[in-house]
Amino acid sequence: MNGTMQNSKPLQTPEEVAKRQGMWLTIVCLGILYVALFALDNFVKPSKFTLMLIPVLKKGAIYSLLCVSMNLLNGFTGLFSLGQAGFMLVGAYAYSIFSIPVAQHASVYQYFNGGAIQFSIPEALGNVLGVDLGNFLGAIICIIIAGLVAAVFAALIGIPVLRFKSDYLAIATLGFAEIIRAIFQWNGLGTITNGSNLLRKYTSFSDMKFAIGGQVFKFGTIFPFLIAMICIILIVLLINSSYGRAFKAIRDDEVAAEAMGINLFKHKMLSFVISSFFAGVGGALLAMFQTTVQASAFMSAMTYEILLIVVIGGIGSVSGSCIAAFLYIACSEWWLRFLDSGKLPFGNIEVSFFRDGFRKVVFSVVIMIIVLFFSKGIMGNKELSFAGLIRKIKSKKAAKAAKQEEGGAA
Amino acid sequence: MSEAILKISDLKVNYGGIEAVKGVSFDVPEGEIVTLIGANGAGKSSTLRAIAGLVKPAGGKVEFKGEDITGKDPTSIVTKGITLVPEGRKIFPDLTVLENLRIGAYLRNDDLTDDLNWVYDLFPRLKERSWQAGGTLSGGEQQMLAVGRALMSRPKIIMMDEPSLGLAPIIVRGIFDIIKEINNRGVTVLLIEQNANMALKTAHAGYVLETGRITMSGTGAELLADEKVKAAYLGT
Repeated sequence: MNGTMQNSKPLQTPEEVAKRQGMWLTIVCLGILYVALFALDNFVKPSKFTLMLIPVLKKGAIYSLLCVSMNLLNGFTGLFSLGQAGFMLVGAYAYSIFSIPVAQHASVYQYFNGGAIQFSIPEALGNVLGVDLGNFLGAIICIIIAGLVAAVFAALIGIPVLRFKSDYLAIATLGFAEIIRAIFQWNGLGTITNGSNLLRKYTSFSDMKFAIGGQVFKFGTIFPFLIAMICIILIVLLINSSYGRAFKAIRDDEVAAEAMGINLFKHKMLSFVISSFFAGVGGALLAMFQTTVQASAFMSAMTYEILLIVVIGGIGSVSGSCIAAFLYIACSEWWLRFLDSGKLPFGNIEVSFFRDGFRKVVFSVVIMIIVLFFSKGIMGNKELSFAGLIRKIKSKKAAKAAKQEEGGAA
Repeated sequence: MSEAILKISDLKVNYGGIEAVKGVSFDVPEGEIVTLIGANGAGKSSTLRAIAGLVKPAGGKVEFKGEDITGKDPTSIVTKGITLVPEGRKIFPDLTVLENLRIGAYLRNDDLTDDLNWVYDLFPRLKERSWQAGGTLSGGEQQMLAVGRALMSRPKIIMMDEPSLGLAPIIVRGIFDIIKEINNRGVTVLLIEQNANMALKTAHAGYVLETGRITMSGTGAELLADEKVKAAYLGT
């Protein structure tokens, strides 16, 4: 039956065939990835290796989302904004405030009489649906709230700030991120934000587990991958929609875009708010990863770090941002650690200048080399996709065949 | 003479304290090609930008089919059917040719197939290159793309700001042929040119703009024959 259906269809172009094959390959690879992550969480014995690998994977997934959301704004809409850390902070706080169990309020908000908000979404759901499912759904709801709160902040900030261009926009958004950080540390809001103290004991990745048939399965590593993947897919769909085309048109030439009837302010606002929504989601995931949140940690350095990953990956490339995020996190948290340890990674050779902080020195030099000599980043503004690979292989094959034919004729 | 589709009366445009357009009045009859010629800084581009809504006029009135559209935002002006091909082409260099064309139809929600086919018909070169990034096209091809992009909004009137700028003479002739072809399909054309010879030969009517004021008007042939125009703009 399948065969007849395909026969009745009009002939597909090689472009479409490559696209479909690429999509299936991507789905298969993602399936394998998720199976591997599940195995890593549940069946692989914890060792020194997995102890490093798992956090790097989690943080890499979170940073992928943060970088792609920044890329949407900086790379695809051409708005040079440095407010990422501010929106992450808003997201992280919104997430954790709504998911701290009621019983823990007294100890978390110990300086503020147990705080003002006396409910917890995961707990409330847990009472109805059971603890595990409650935690899972509650976390997702809190993550969405985190994104929405960040988006509301962005909409308010965007009204004045998006009238600026280039550097001025960067300075204004940077300023707002710093102001947000200061406000969240203010004692006057302490009953909600806990002032400059930590928020903790809220639902984290380790709570993502389900008991199936008497055995407990953990989903702590899969969870950030799943959320980040869904968000990145949504961003990619947006970029490929007509709105995305308008964003790119604004990036390429504002005057021409306006002459084509594109409302500049409306589209800039849309991009800003959506990017901030996903920054908020990323902030919430980061809060889950860290298990504690403190406003003072969301410094502008965090924004620069993400901007740097975007540049390394390639401004205007989603896959570049993801690849660079994992590489960057792996290097900074894992592969270059030995530089601080005083020893080479192999053998037992002591090196006197491998002291605390030397990692940062090497890292800076590597980054300088990348920015100076590979200014287009890993991917430039291209995308890595199976469809593209298939097309490349096919065209190479065709070229080879043509050459052989030529050789045969000669 | 058919009815005026676009009526400009006493239009003024200021940039800060500088008066770029000092009260310009002219009519664009439906279905015709009208050209504004003049030297650099005469206020030609500012006039077009004011009509397109890219700058707010300091005074005067712009009427489109009897409706006052003075100072409206570009989005609603494009929706009404007035499209500008900006000076210096201004195509989107990182978007493909096809994406560039689709941006031209951004405010439309209906089927684009017919319009795409028309543009590809007018400019077969664009069809060949539809997957190429706009920035990789040659100057002439970019101009074709800019015109094609403007046509995608299905305009009643298309305004072109110096389409011959920086192009080789043979390509300029091609561009003017296309302008006539577009006009034959019923699109009114308002053309700004420094290449007065080609513009006046193509246009039904022309206006000469000097330092923000219209100093002469007439049919294309009349202006071509005028001694003053010859001396100032045709170099003969």
